Amino acid sequence: MKKTVPLLIVILGGLIFVAYAFSPHKFLQDDFYNKFYVPWSYASAPFGALLGIISLSMMHSSKIKRRAPKWQFSYFFFIGFIATALAGLIGGMQKGGLLMWMFENMQMPMSATMFSLLAFYMASAAYKAFRARSLEATVLLAAAIFVMLAQVPLGVKISRHLPTISQWILDVPNLASKRGIALGVGLGSVATSLKILLGIERSYLGGGD
Amino acid sequence: MSFELFSNLVGAFFTLCIFSFLYKDNPFYQMSEQLLVGISLGYGLVFTYERIFIPFVWQPIVFKHNFILIIPTILGALYLFRFSRKLGWLSRYPIAFSMMSVGMGVPLGIHASILVQMRQGMVPLETVNLFLIFIGTIAVLLYFFFSKAHSGTYGKFVNVGKWYMMIGFGASFGMTVMARISLLIGRIQFLVNDVLGLLK
Repeated sequence: MKKTVPLLIVILGGLIFVAYAFSPHKFLQDDFYNKFYVPWSYASAPFGALLGIISLSMMHSSKIKRRAPKWQFSYFFFIGFIATALAGLIGGMQKGGLLMWMFENMQMPMSATMFSLLAFYMASAAYKAFRARSLEATVLLAAAIFVMLAQVPLGVKISRHLPTISQWILDVPNLASKRGIALGVGLGSVATSLKILLGIERSYLGGGD
Repeated sequence: MSFELFSNLVGAFFTLCIFSFLYKDNPFYQMSEQLLVGISLGYGLVFTYERIFIPFVWQPIVFKHNFILIIPTILGALYLFRFSRKLGWLSRYPIAFSMMSVGMGVPLGIHASILVQMRQGMVPLETVNLFLIFIGTIAVLLYFFFSKAHSGTYGKFVNVGKWYMMIGFGASFGMTVMARISLLIGRIQFLVNDVLGLLK
């Protein structure tokens, strides 16, 4: 009951979805997918988001309670969360409101800066890779340098052939490797989906009875 | 002080707080890091409420009297039993409902990731580049085939796949670095132009 019924839901529902992907029948395309699955998914989805919010809040409140390392900063999590949630729930999401002001002047600059920080760390990672002095690392770095230089005016100043070489790297060896990997990932994901569909893979149901 | 300048100063303060991590881990970075997580989560909550809960749950049930949607709403609420030790098993039902779509992933996965890629790979080898792409794809695929030992002539051929992948990873690395650098330029332009007004 505790595991068998959810498993049956996945297997039977999954098989209907396989039929949905192959058959253009009205029952599958309209009644099952558009009228049943899509609205039911939307109706249950907000609670999944709520689960994540509660889980993160519990983690931070427990950090404060236990006086874990850097616990004081968990208060900033709650300040940010409560202020944004109140701004949005009371003031709405329209442009010019407090929520969008916070999004544009706090969230957006911080996340863009956080990603831009990676430029420095990727540069240091490249340096470490070069220090490895293996032929593979050198090939990797040479390809990266060609691609990077071709995108800036300095690259064209060094050699007018650089953009052509970079485009060839992207169109030929890069395409071949990405295609090989995509085929492998595709085969792997189909095999995993089949394992779930046949009830062999059950880890998503969690442990216990 | 104009409102625009105040807004820019707030943005600049948090930008500098994040950049301060380049020196070392410090309280300003820790503060803005946690604030970023909190604001993102708050925005996610409001977005889910306004764009999903209201139009797909509240309005159909309360205004259109589509009471059948109460069932998936209760089903969704079962997610919250994840926190209960005794009744945690109830959360498996909404998980199972969302996992049903895995069935669609089998034919669509075969189509998008396998058949389309194979069709694009198996074209007449009229040019050197097409030949190189074909050889590279086969070599990369065989590199991940571990049922046969990578030795002898076969091992040498399989090794070609490794070189192709190194070039591919290098290209991806280069593209990612450039994307991050363009973000960095954007942040520096914001500080120099919008906040300090130096390059107008």
